[in-house]
Amino acid sequence: MNTVIFRTLAPLIVAIMLVFSIYVCLRGHNEPGGGFIGGLIAAAAIGVFGMAEGVDKVRRALRADPLAIAGSGLLLAGFSGLLSLFTQSPFMTSIWLYVPLGESEVPLSTPLFFDLGVYLVVFGTLSAIALSLESDREEDL
Amino acid sequence: MGPSLDAGIGLAALAPFLAAMLAPFIHRLAGGFAGWILALVPASIFVLLLGYVPTVVGGEVIASAIPWVPAYGINLSFLVDGLSLIFALTISGVGTLIMLYSGAYLAGHPQQGRFLAFMLAFMGAMLGLVLADSLVVLFVFWELTSVTSFLLIGFDHTRQAARRGAIQALVITNIGGMFLLAGAILVQQLSGSWEMSAARAMGDVLRESGLYLVVLICFLGAAFTKSAQFPLHFWLPNAMEAPTPVSAFLHSATMVQAGVYLLARMTPSLGGTEIWTNVLVLFGGVTLIWGALGALKQTDLKQILAQTTIASLGLLVLLIGLGSDAAIAAMVLYFVAHAFYKAGLFMVAGAIDHEAGTREITVLGGLADKMPVTFIGAALAALSMIGLPLTVGYFAKEEMYLALFGGEWTAWLVLAILVAGNAMLAGVALMVMIRPFLGEARPTPKSPHEAPIAMLAGPILLGAAGVVAGILPDWLGHDVLVPGAGAILGRGVESHLTLALDLTSPLLWLSALTWALAILVYRQVDAIRTVLRRFDTALGWTADTVFDAVMFGLIRFSGAVTRFLHHGQLEFYLVLVFAALALALFGPMLAWGGLDWIMPTAELGDWSQRFSLPALQFYEWGIIALAVLGLIAVLVAPTRLVAILSLGVQGTAVALIFLMFGAPDLAFTQLMVEILSVVILTFVMTRLRLDQRDHRRFEDWARDGTLAIICGLGVSLMLMLVLNGTLDTRLSEFFTATSVPIAHGHNIVNVILVDYRGFDTLGEIAVVMGAGMAVVTLLRRPKKPPMPVAPPAPPVRVRRPRKVAS
Repeated sequence: MNTVIFRTLAPLIVAIMLVFSIYVCLRGHNEPGGGFIGGLIAAAAIGVFGMAEGVDKVRRALRADPLAIAGSGLLLAGFSGLLSLFTQSPFMTSIWLYVPLGESEVPLSTPLFFDLGVYLVVFGTLSAIALSLESDREEDL
Repeated sequence: MGPSLDAGIGLAALAPFLAAMLAPFIHRLAGGFAGWILALVPASIFVLLLGYVPTVVGGEVIASAIPWVPAYGINLSFLVDGLSLIFALTISGVGTLIMLYSGAYLAGHPQQGRFLAFMLAFMGAMLGLVLADSLVVLFVFWELTSVTSFLLIGFDHTRQAARRGAIQALVITNIGGMFLLAGAILVQQLSGSWEMSAARAMGDVLRESGLYLVVLICFLGAAFTKSAQFPLHFWLPNAMEAPTPVSAFLHSATMVQAGVYLLARMTPSLGGTEIWTNVLVLFGGVTLIWGALGALKQTDLKQILAQTTIASLGLLVLLIGLGSDAAIAAMVLYFVAHAFYKAGLFMVAGAIDHEAGTREITVLGGLADKMPVTFIGAALAALSMIGLPLTVGYFAKEEMYLALFGGEWTAWLVLAILVAGNAMLAGVALMVMIRPFLGEARPTPKSPHEAPIAMLAGPILLGAAGVVAGILPDWLGHDVLVPGAGAILGRGVESHLTLALDLTSPLLWLSALTWALAILVYRQVDAIRTVLRRFDTALGWTADTVFDAVMFGLIRFSGAVTRFLHHGQLEFYLVLVFAALALALFGPMLAWGGLDWIMPTAELGDWSQRFSLPALQFYEWGIIALAVLGLIAVLVAPTRLVAILSLGVQGTAVALIFLMFGAPDLAFTQLMVEILSVVILTFVMTRLRLDQRDHRRFEDWARDGTLAIICGLGVSLMLMLVLNGTLDTRLSEFFTATSVPIAHGHNIVNVILVDYRGFDTLGEIAVVMGAGMAVVTLLRRPKKPPMPVAPPAPPVRVRRPRKVAS
């Protein structure tokens, strides 16, 4: 599996997958996509990267422990729901804010942050599983 | 007298949690100053709460509420009255000093940031507990104190004793938590409101209900476990495994006082009945004597103080049980006095341990020269504990004697118990003050020197506070006793505290008797200890050993259950799961006639007409063929790698089917899941060698194949059945119509996931993460030892021989 071609192309593929995963996550509210799918793509990217470069390098590149990423995602999702308490409405009532940016408008909303939280949870959890499986494999080889 | 509203109350309970989240980062940035910085949080809460004092002394209550679960009438409601304000001020005030102390006590400890975070979270839980008005909020914070104290007691988690103490505290106080939950629900059912203030306003509604006894047992169960009443007291001394700042905080003004607070809080609703008085006085009295005797038995400073805490808790419960004006006044004063001197003494014990290297009272002596400031702190606290005039402890003692003086013979009996208990506690105070500090200097493991200022601030300030409160009886009466006792009793009370010593008053002579007995106890303490220990040895078992026996029984029981259910034969699990699935699919279909349409009827000729090939495009047929081919390839795959890849082909074909029939999101997800499954399965399978082909016995193969076909058939039939019926389109119409106007999104699937059903998604991602943590834990292998010291251990669970692959 560890051919030169694969190892050369892997960083490129991984980079494209990661950018694409964020794109998919962000466009999810209006087009096919969303945090769950985005997270899956990103996790697949991490899996590929791990195959090509080895688990230790991936862990260093991630900087944070994948499960910590998942945890912060869960926290983000929960907190995005809590924001609505400040508007005296029930938990997870969505809040929308249209921020003008140049000629276009950027819609910011609590569901967006919620979806980012989903993204991080899925990404972190699956990366953690993939990486610990891979490190097992490396020890066996 | 309507409550004035103030949203700041809730903030006081929530701010420590926010600070707790930041604590590790602050520690990383500020290092040794983290304690000073984080002490600002409780300090500002203290100042915020001080602002409520004039209002509360004026006889008003302050409340705030946010609707939480309006459908069930549950509010996030807080209330400040005399009782909760005294507790909250004590918690935040002592908490400030403890934060300072912790910073110095654990200086250089690698996990100090974590420790400070636990401390702050615990403080927030405790503040929320005493400020809560809704029983639901009270319960949540009550459980939070259990959880956070578990983390604190078990902080030193590499030691078995610390883990045991933590688990014991958690088990006992959580049993209490269940009692509290039951009691809260009962009160809500009886009074119609979750708010305790509403129940208080209804007067006798709980006392006159037929369920009064049940409610009472629930609340007593909660309070007695939390406040370590005999015979559930044993978790408290074991909790001394915690670092000293924890003990100083948990066992003075917080944690263990939560039960006392609960009893005081419920006094207007539940108190005053004969059974209330009898039970509380009985348990409180026994706990008082038991704790005081226990303290005399010990030689470790922290253990001595822990046992006196048990005694003091008994005393407080007893006073609440008596319920007269003077008894409640004494309880309020004693709570304040105890919080001051006990926190101070624990901090002194920690300072001695920290600087001299031991807490054994038998080997300490003459530290006053080396640690003069610590000695002053200890002396101030001990004087208040003894109850000498000019300290707040004195007033507390006078009030409790007053409460019982001149009653029936039972009152005299209780009075005798009080005098005996107080005398023993005062004797212990003398011992704690004199033994380590006065007399000959003894050699200690470390050469003792004065503790750093952050560790001295607590004992000195708390000791001084005990004395300052003691020389200002008017202030003490007007600002502490009257609002506090008034809130507990639900009616106005008067204070008659005065500095003047009335030599004709029998109360003073009772106090003098207490002091005389205390000196006697102090002089004979070694003899008493020997006798008590001999008695213990003769008895042979304690509540502690009973707890251990019960716990080990539970562990054995769960071990047996686990071995029965969780035997490690993966194949059997899968067979069970799929058999259950088949049953769940076919059972209802057979029972409710779901299969009638497919059953052969008299006219068999009709059969062919019931089925017709759907009109599909050729490429659609091609994809279905691909899916089928993938499946066949899985079945006949020569090696595991081929099987995994074929499974991926089949899944991809299914994803394409989703894509063609209008479910792009589903297709997208399916595709990603397929890719990840292939990747992850490959990782898993590499451990089992990919080039192998599994040889299976025919009967296994036949069994699994049959089961697979049955399940597949079941799912197909179920889907056909569902599609045969009329589809209820109300929901999809609602989502289509509202997704853009109210949820601002065109992708209905995503809008449902993150908005309409966001709460479900939140639960799901929590499950995803939990599953991930479990997988990672299971996969984590112990680090390989640098040298092979022993041959590899045999596998714990021996699989059936034929299951071992290759």
